[in-house]
Amino acid sequence: MAIHTLAVLVENSPGVLARVASLFSRRGYNIDSLAVGPTENPTVSRMTIVLNLEGHALDQVSAQLFKLVNVIGISEMKSSDSVQRELLLVKVPANPVTKGLAAKFDAVITDENDQSLSLEIVGDKDRIEQLLTALKPHGIRELVQSGLVALERGASTLADRTLTTMGTANESSPDNKTADYQN
Amino acid sequence: MTKVTGAQSLVNSLEAAGVDVMFGIPGGAILPAYDPIFDSKIRHILVRHEQGAGHAATGYAQVTGRVGVCIATSGPGATNLVTPLADAQMDSVPVVAITGQVPGPAIGTDAFQEADIRGITMPFTKHNYLITDPDDIPRAIAEAFHIASTGRPGTVLVDIAKDALQRMTTFDYPKQVSLAGYNPVTQPKAQDIADAATLISQSKKPVLYVGGGVIKANAAKELLILAEITGVPVVTTLMARGAFPDSHPQHLGMPGMHGTVAAVTALQKADLLITLGARFDDRVTGKLSTFAPNAKVIHADIDPAEIGKNRHADVAIIGDLKNILLKLNPAVKEVLSKVQPDLTPWQNEVYGWRSKYPLGYDKPADGSVSPQYVIERIGKISGPKTIFTSGVGQHQMWASQFIGYENPRTWLNSGGLGTMGYAVPAAMGAKVGAPDATVWAIDGDGCFQMTNQELVTCALNNIPIKVAIINNESLGMVRQWQTLFYNGRYSNTNLESKRVPDFKMLAEAMGCVGLRCERPEDVDKTIEAAMAINDQPVVVDFSVHRDAMVWPMVAAGSSNDDITTVRSMAPVWDSQEL
Ligand SMILES: Cc1ncc(C[n+]2csc(CCOP(=O)(O)OP(=O)(O)O)c2C)c(N)n1
Repeated sequence: MAIHTLAVLVENSPGVLARVASLFSRRGYNIDSLAVGPTENPTVSRMTIVLNLEGHALDQVSAQLFKLVNVIGISEMKSSDSVQRELLLVKVPANPVTKGLAAKFDAVITDENDQSLSLEIVGDKDRIEQLLTALKPHGIRELVQSGLVALERGASTLADRTLTTMGTANESSPDNKTADYQN
Repeated sequence: MTKVTGAQSLVNSLEAAGVDVMFGIPGGAILPAYDPIFDSKIRHILVRHEQGAGHAATGYAQVTGRVGVCIATSGPGATNLVTPLADAQMDSVPVVAITGQVPGPAIGTDAFQEADIRGITMPFTKHNYLITDPDDIPRAIAEAFHIASTGRPGTVLVDIAKDALQRMTTFDYPKQVSLAGYNPVTQPKAQDIADAATLISQSKKPVLYVGGGVIKANAAKELLILAEITGVPVVTTLMARGAFPDSHPQHLGMPGMHGTVAAVTALQKADLLITLGARFDDRVTGKLSTFAPNAKVIHADIDPAEIGKNRHADVAIIGDLKNILLKLNPAVKEVLSKVQPDLTPWQNEVYGWRSKYPLGYDKPADGSVSPQYVIERIGKISGPKTIFTSGVGQHQMWASQFIGYENPRTWLNSGGLGTMGYAVPAAMGAKVGAPDATVWAIDGDGCFQMTNQELVTCALNNIPIKVAIINNESLGMVRQWQTLFYNGRYSNTNLESKRVPDFKMLAEAMGCVGLRCERPEDVDKTIEAAMAINDQPVVVDFSVHRDAMVWPMVAAGSSNDDITTVRSMAPVWDSQEL
């Protein structure tokens, strides 16, 4: 089992999410999470896809994804080189223990009444896991997670790389370890 | 700028894209487009089923190298295009499909004849569009033709809402298409070319594994040069028949499940596969882990996603195959001038297999006609300029095996999807694209019954194709598997089609000449009679022996004795996948 995170710049056009989802489903690639939203460029959206690759090479997945006409650039977000965050909203019974845990984990209390407490926490996967593990014995009533988003560390940006190399070549050689695909 | 309807803008756009012919059927949602089509210089051929329109566009494209165009209405018209679009995409054929859609405000309401054809065709179009604003029509059409015909060719569907066809717009065809996410690499990297040339110079047992990409890239001439400067033996896949002359002394024939012993064995024993526009399809490789176990791989392809998809490539070359070969040939020549490996032992070995295990067939003991003989004779009598199409089944394999192909774009078949019913409409499209060529559809009696209605289209539109029905009164290929793997239990493969339908009468009813041949001694005469008719479509019902088998067959459990002796050299196929 190998987990990889891909940042994918796509044209902000109708059907693009369906195209990506259809590709993953028909080729049997497992998605752990997918987050999509607008970017600094109104014509471009960014997807962060967390993949569980069993038996599929990351480069093959990227090459297939890059064949979609609406996909402009792809880059692997390695945990060592990027900031990775998820948002968790969770509803638990209101009592001193859950409140204590909220304080311990620096969770924001977003809603509170006699019976329940809604907590918000932003963090990497581990931090969210830890909070959930701690809350579990006290009864998790409902939870929602955003899916992971990631941003490369350092000055380089995927958008810049994509734009500066636009129209030249996509670097899709089979031994391309980082699976960086730009037009 | 003058105002025109969206429909007029569509027709103007198709003209600007260089379309000279399209195949289709009108209906409610696409009806506005048919009004300006009436006045257009584009020839519209009214087919009898949209599947026929799609395969005809495919046949046209395969013969001409241009984009084939089909057009249909919403709902059932559009869904009837699903099979031919999937077919063309699998075989990398450039086809643009135009469909009408219910009016924009009705989309999503389960309106009459509404089908989400963009959603349906997403998995097997290279790209597709839903247009609801008439101003978007010229750009969508220009992009569709650009995407279909460049890079790895494929299908593009443009679905246009009826009201977008009716509303007023201005027609402004883009001079140039630029797509942020689509810039296929066509020029290979110098380093990859150099690495490939080095590998070639080090190989003692190389094979040129040639796929359909060579034909798509119009690179047959460059392939011939590479083969001759290196002396490397050549195999051509089902999609590449004609890319390299069958008569050439270096040709070993087709590899794969029904490939020649020499082609299959050469791949298995090779130390280097020079793979050109081929994709390591399972029908060629069998079980991947058993395929060409000792070979290094050079993989040249326009599609980066093919590299490493099925087989690891030691050297990958991305680019247009013609460009690749134009660079590779001099590079190879250069390296070989310094080190020339001696290929003679290898050549002797593979050409030895070729002469020891030639393709062959038995004449039926009961004096009936052998299907292979019919196909072989059609090939001989009509000659190497003839264009052949085929359906899917035994007759397809025999047409690939027993007709000698000398030229690219003379062998059209459904390789990837394996679509029964491809032959007749594809022949129609091929004849439209190459009106001066003789076009023969080699069809099965099963396949023929799926799409023969396009013979009406041929008869009425002066498209005089020739059809040979290889009538074994059964779904022969399936029957062959039942013989081999189901103890001869022939469940639902008996078509009883000796006289029902009466193919001769059926042909005549559709405005064609109908001929019949039931004895070996009449085969040549009948073919010559068919060859003499050039102003009408001709259908010949060849009654053939039903137990003929496609050999060689390199599947596990095959009972072919000749193959048994070399089976240990072949890759493994699962016996249950037809
Ligand atoms: C549309 C479609 N349906 C079913 C099949 C499965 N199939 C493959 S070959 C074959 C038999 C074809 O029979 P026929 O056209 O008579 O050709 P023959 O094998 O007898 O030469 C069938 C049913 C297919 N390939 N395509």
